[in-house]
Amino acid sequence: MNRRFRSVFFLSVFLTLFSGWARSELNVEITQGVEGAMPIAVVPFGQQILPGDNIGSIIAADLARSGRFKPLPESEMLETPTSPEQVRFRTWQVLGQDHLVIGRVQPGAGSQYEAEFFLYDSIKGTLLTSARIPFNAPETRRTAHRIADVIYQQLTGEPGAFATRVAYVTVTGSGPRDRQYRLQIADTDGYNPQTIISSVEPIMSPAWSPDGKRIAYVSFENKTSAIFIQTLATGERQKVSDAPGINGAPAWSPDGSQLAMTLSKDGNPDVYVMNLASRSLRRITDHIGIDTEPNWSRDGGSIVFTSDRGGKPQLYLVSSSGGPAQRLTYEGEYNARGVFSPDGRSIAMVHGNGGDYRIAVMDLQTRTLRVLTKGRLDESPGFAPNGSMILYASKSGGVGQLAAVSIDGRVQQSLRIDSGQVREPAWSP
Amino acid sequence: MKLVKTALVVAMMSLVLNGCSSKGGVQEEAGAEAGMEGGPGGPQISKYGEGTDGGAYGPGGAGYGPGAGGTGDPMLDDPSSPLSKRVIYFMYDSYEVLPEYQQVVSAHANYLASHPERNIILEGHADERGSPEYNIALGEQRAKAVAKMMQFQGANDGQVQVVSFGEEKPAVSGHDESVWQQNRRVEISYSGR
Repeated sequence: MNRRFRSVFFLSVFLTLFSGWARSELNVEITQGVEGAMPIAVVPFGQQILPGDNIGSIIAADLARSGRFKPLPESEMLETPTSPEQVRFRTWQVLGQDHLVIGRVQPGAGSQYEAEFFLYDSIKGTLLTSARIPFNAPETRRTAHRIADVIYQQLTGEPGAFATRVAYVTVTGSGPRDRQYRLQIADTDGYNPQTIISSVEPIMSPAWSPDGKRIAYVSFENKTSAIFIQTLATGERQKVSDAPGINGAPAWSPDGSQLAMTLSKDGNPDVYVMNLASRSLRRITDHIGIDTEPNWSRDGGSIVFTSDRGGKPQLYLVSSSGGPAQRLTYEGEYNARGVFSPDGRSIAMVHGNGGDYRIAVMDLQTRTLRVLTKGRLDESPGFAPNGSMILYASKSGGVGQLAAVSIDGRVQQSLRIDSGQVREPAWSP
Repeated sequence: MKLVKTALVVAMMSLVLNGCSSKGGVQEEAGAEAGMEGGPGGPQISKYGEGTDGGAYGPGGAGYGPGAGGTGDPMLDDPSSPLSKRVIYFMYDSYEVLPEYQQVVSAHANYLASHPERNIILEGHADERGSPEYNIALGEQRAKAVAKMMQFQGANDGQVQVVSFGEEKPAVSGHDESVWQQNRRVEISYSGR
């Protein structure tokens, strides 16, 4: 470990003393689905030996949330097979179900349990895929999300993202002197919310490391900004930057070895890249005015950032070794916080036009811009790891909440908490 | 019992945190100040992956904000003096100090020039529109614009500290221009004697 950075905290021992507080669960619901979503019957799993949530029901809820499937309500199922020999395709054909999922939980060999599932084309009466997944009781929901990922990929041809997580910041409290900020992580269906850090000063800009094991974020806990990297499993935390002025907008390089960030130590906000092993800094932009919000291209060769060098905030592209920047956006009076899609072909951004701030996507080849959302104050876009959706923060009804929109704009989800505001989402790899 | 436990933990946490921030001079000062002003308001850090909610709870910090308490100098608090004005407002997406605030800025600059023992913090803020990190940059440019004017007019570099909270700490909550114009601001607060 680097001796120069000794601000490494091991505070996990305190965890148990704090548990039970601050439970704010994200409620995820579909606000707009796709017409002609695929009918599918996911039968509750046979899992008498495993009390608690039914894996089949979790899978059905995942598929429904994607907006691309219309699971058959359990109350309309005429029979509930849990093993292949009990399946009668005719029953499901009559109910108009193109696909059928059944499964069961049995005692495992090297683990507590083993989930086995079968996905059928019920029209043709053929088995499409099946698998056995070993797991322990605390991983029940995660196991269900993994099965949902397999089903989603089999039927849509794209990888699923149900077994991933989202980080976000909640803000509770009534007034300017009574705010509590929490950086939390939850499953994408809103379950298992866990607080990573809480503070009475702002917490901002969570960014997942490419391996999903660490989160970089900005904390104002010393009344001035600093960038921290926290290892999730251990709670170990390192302060990587607390230069005078802004320490903001951390963004991991695709290989996880470098962190781009905004610093204003040399006069005005500029983009820098830190080598995380040596902690050496490389200045990427050098311009009067604001340069901020760096985000790496998938090959690590370039960085998109926001700059007001043209008078208004717009997106620019620069080589990750520095040099001249090329302006990317011209449409609209405000374009900020550009993020590359996982396939590297497009960039999502906050697009301000006529007083509304919405999430837009630019195709990098054609340079055409598509506005995907309808809010007045949408911000902080980030892609799902499979590129199918964009998660963002919105303020509909005056309360900060999260929302997700499919890349074609057709499916919309909202993610709310019971009390307080939720903002600055980041979808895990 | 639970209360006692919590108090103990909070005390231990502040020890750990203060211990850890003893790296850079600036941070050390800020940390000490936070400890004095806000009481046990340090962050609570948790590890991920045990139980359903490692929900950390931090007690609310108190006594923080511009103009909280007296400045210790009646000259600064005389309501007829421009020195009593401590907030400078800005146009949307702009960090240009408007002519109507130049008198306020000059008054504070002159005061600092004649009171070298006094220091101020200029806290830059933005309204909620647009991107949070861009707004951090915008808030800092606003605070720095004020700082530069003050320095041109005789304030010492060391007397003026700048910090930006972007859109994170609105003075007024709400979602229209009447609210936004009150949130695009630089707050002047006096510290130290």
